[in-house]
Amino acid sequence: MTTPAQRRRAVLVRSAVCTLLAVGATFVLDSYANYQLATIAAIFCATAGLTLLVGLTGQLSLGHAVLMAAGGYGYALTAAPLADAGVEGVLRILGGLLGALVLAGAVGGLLGLAGARLRGPYLAGLTLALVIALPAISTQVPALGGAQGVGVPFEGVPDALGGVVSIEQWHAWMAVLAAALAVTPLALVRSGRSGLRMRAVHDDETAARLAGISPARVKTGAFVAVALAAGLGGGVLAVVTQNVSPGAYDLAFSLLLLVAVVVGGLGSIGGAAVGAVLVVLLPWLIDTGVAAVGLPSELEQRLSGNVAVLVFGALLIAVTVVWPGGLSHALGDRIRSLTTRFRPSRTVPQQLTER
Amino acid sequence: MRTPTITRAPARTFVAATGAGALLLSLAACGGADEAVPGVSEDTITIGTHQPLTGPAAAGYSSISAATSAYFDYVNANGGVHGRQIEYIVKDDAYNPANTQTVVRELVQQDDVFAVVNGLGTPTHSSVLDFLNQNEVPDLFVSSGSTAWNDPEEYPYTFGYNADYHVEGSALGQYAADEHAGKSVCVLGQDDDYGETFLEGVQIALGEDGVTTYETYETSNQDVTAQIGAMQSAGCEVVMLATVNGFTALAVGTAAQMGFMPTWMAASAGGDYPTLVEFLGEDVAAQVLQGFTSVNYLPFSPDGEWVELFTEINDEYNGSAAFDGNTVFGMGVGYAFVEALEAAGEDPTRESLVEALESGEVVGNGIVPLAYSAENHSGYDAVGITMVDGGVQDFVGSTYRLEGESVTAIEPEQLPLDGNGIPAAE
Amino acid sequence: MDRIAFLLATGLARGLVIALFALSLVIIWRAARIVNFAQAAMAVVAVFVAFAVTALTDSFWLGLVAALVAGAVVGYAVERWLIRLVPARTPLPGMIVAIGLVMVLQAGIGIAFGPQHRPMAAPFSEQPFTVGGVPVLSPYDLFVLLVALGVVGGLALLFNGTTLGLQMRASAMAPEVSRLLGVRVPRMVTLGWMLSAAVASLAVLLLVPTELGLNAHSGDVLFVHAFTVAVLGGLDSPVGALVGGIVVGVLISLVTGFLGAGLAPIAVLALLTLVLLVRPGGIFAVKEARTA
Repeated sequence: MTTPAQRRRAVLVRSAVCTLLAVGATFVLDSYANYQLATIAAIFCATAGLTLLVGLTGQLSLGHAVLMAAGGYGYALTAAPLADAGVEGVLRILGGLLGALVLAGAVGGLLGLAGARLRGPYLAGLTLALVIALPAISTQVPALGGAQGVGVPFEGVPDALGGVVSIEQWHAWMAVLAAALAVTPLALVRSGRSGLRMRAVHDDETAARLAGISPARVKTGAFVAVALAAGLGGGVLAVVTQNVSPGAYDLAFSLLLLVAVVVGGLGSIGGAAVGAVLVVLLPWLIDTGVAAVGLPSELEQRLSGNVAVLVFGALLIAVTVVWPGGLSHALGDRIRSLTTRFRPSRTVPQQLTER
Repeated sequence: MRTPTITRAPARTFVAATGAGALLLSLAACGGADEAVPGVSEDTITIGTHQPLTGPAAAGYSSISAATSAYFDYVNANGGVHGRQIEYIVKDDAYNPANTQTVVRELVQQDDVFAVVNGLGTPTHSSVLDFLNQNEVPDLFVSSGSTAWNDPEEYPYTFGYNADYHVEGSALGQYAADEHAGKSVCVLGQDDDYGETFLEGVQIALGEDGVTTYETYETSNQDVTAQIGAMQSAGCEVVMLATVNGFTALAVGTAAQMGFMPTWMAASAGGDYPTLVEFLGEDVAAQVLQGFTSVNYLPFSPDGEWVELFTEINDEYNGSAAFDGNTVFGMGVGYAFVEALEAAGEDPTRESLVEALESGEVVGNGIVPLAYSAENHSGYDAVGITMVDGGVQDFVGSTYRLEGESVTAIEPEQLPLDGNGIPAAE
Repeated sequence: MDRIAFLLATGLARGLVIALFALSLVIIWRAARIVNFAQAAMAVVAVFVAFAVTALTDSFWLGLVAALVAGAVVGYAVERWLIRLVPARTPLPGMIVAIGLVMVLQAGIGIAFGPQHRPMAAPFSEQPFTVGGVPVLSPYDLFVLLVALGVVGGLALLFNGTTLGLQMRASAMAPEVSRLLGVRVPRMVTLGWMLSAAVASLAVLLLVPTELGLNAHSGDVLFVHAFTVAVLGGLDSPVGALVGGIVVGVLISLVTGFLGAGLAPIAVLALLTLVLLVRPGGIFAVKEARTA
């Protein structure tokens, strides 16, 4: 049996180790791989939240891309005036990220209020309409810059690190740190009392109410927490890509986030990480593979892009039908059985496989 | 894909612990070819582009890069440029800026391209403009009529190619003033930078209040009945379209159904007759597009010598794909790039390529010479008016140049086809 | 005034197609308690079959029959070979599998047929009649109107007036009890899927001639609007779908005509938010949906 304090410590240790490993990895990765790592970390911020939202509270959000976009716009709209005011470096980044948190939190709060009132398909419908309306919103609100979006001030390597790390590496560090800051609280929530409340609300709202839990408050709270994490991811992605535009946060991206959390395993933070890796690397691997085969150009054109979508769709179906727990559970079971075989004396807490 | 070398094995074991890291690491080992000039080897020169090959925008544009590739194949078959074969890497971004950012980094950091050529789309290319210039990658012939590419101070490595929407809008506006004086002019534009910039162009020629109504459409809604109805009731006699081909077809088709028959004038991005025929069908197109006016700056005349050559290349290297305005555009881009590469010298560097362009030596094969200089990175600054007559779209002769805020009629100076259509080194 | 009449007529014509598609979502909700996100993609597959038939036989009507049949077949296949495998304790896995199916079908169509739009001709003139100088509905719009009303009438009859319809509703609401009463529940669910997919195919088939043409994404926007409508009207209410469809169609048309195309998606979002805030189960929700 583990006490809450032990669980909390385990979460903190685990995230510290993961962060260090990821930062260490940036030293051996080349610049493009570091960019991919940064993207993965930013997306991880969003998927970690989405997996809790869908897996624990049972709220299906199809508009998660909008929360990331809100973070990106929040960053851009704060960092640009700061740049004009002559603020530079880490201070500007922190200011921008604060802006990202504020805007994403506000959007998340509104969605949470709606989510507290609406059941599954209705919430899905509302978030779907929101993500579809994003391009129109960005055109109508002049500050958002329409289809081209808004530029984000370039953040170079700080002088103290000049020559030691490359720009892509620095950006990857930022993204990894942001992911740590976004995901660790979510992991704490998940393993703590709030997580318990979320599961209770999901399993049986009436029973939860009887136990003195307010489903509305739990659902809204979950949405806000998750929105803050996604906003941080969107903000840091804005720094890395130097641009926020509505086209990058479309319905397809929202659905990809969903693919990530389902394939990884709903409710599992480790699964969300696996999912984030998958949505970034798989299309790239497939396109590289397709290109390497050397097909006629017209066929290659038809395959390019489509094959990745096909594979993602098939994965989504296969995982839901065959391993409802997702890859992390399927792999987790295997790891657990291995561990028990080699170390029969030790019991393994379940969370270990659900990093 | 290059096979990963295993020079970093100890590091690999370290990262393998993180699981996902292992995948990334095999990547790490792929990069890092030590070449003096990225993308230039003894016998090849590697360049890349981002294009919408899938997704909704693919329908209108995926044929461009195929045409450019075919032209490069033709050049390669004729010995390449300074003895080097051109390798053109086309990456699909599905017209999504997030994908553009990824594939362009891949081109620059993984594939070590010498230059990015003809990246397509305003929102997509805007998202990599800073990246390309900070990394000092020549960013040539952006495939978009936005005015954003001409900013040599901020973006010294970026060069436009298309006549921008100001040039096209002002030319059509001036043509309307010259040929349809006193008629009420309206504009239907895409609800973004394209529509707005084009409208500004029209207003350069006609004045601030020269446009009766300005209607917009969203690409996500393929129903333009309400907008057409508004223009019909406003009594529009000339309707200018800042639309993509599909929406040109929708607008013209819907208006015909409503019995609204104004004079249509479309920007080049939405004025390609063969493409419109595909959307509308042969019979309908012949009926509703008689007298359809547009602009162009490339030698697309169906009976011209350039089209004859490009058709041959298309048949031999592009599997006789449907020949349309995109084919001429794609090959025109290829021609201009080969010209730039010739001018960049025996051993081209990124700097010599940019210098070659800024020297003004690269003129392209359009109806007027390209006029790049150190201060001017915009593409074609003049366009010719075209019209559809009896199912054939061709120049009518009127040509307009935009200089600053004034539109002037000029004489076209079409570059004649010389020899095999491959620019020769000076 | 002319302007409003014109915009109302335009909105009505477009709204009817949306309503028809929304109806198909209501059918499947009534029969299987699932929101089928793959509805549009399935319908597009059926319309590709119809397109091939029309191209071969030169007859729109044979194409229409083909669309209905193909739609039903696709519905059957998806239900029998896919949805049955999905754990049905909560609605979530069903929705997720449907989203996966969209990706598979759209990518598959993209690979098989490429990205281009294939134009389809309407069987009737799209030239509108003019009443007092204002262009209103075209013969084609009237045809769509009749089809939509016919489908609504037929469904009302089916669900409220026939044993089969009653059995279908019963199987969805209370599968165990229905089985006890001798209803062959799985067969009813399959029938619901077939019917729903056929109606959806009909809606997409009617839509395509008014748009650019057929490609993998032809049904996307229609689905989003129809889903909004179904949610607006209440997923359980055919009348809600019809009224909601017309309301959304007219709203889009009026906003586009008076305020600009850019505001239309925002107006739809605002309408949806407003309705859901006031009535979380949709306008025509009879009672709170049961908690799963």
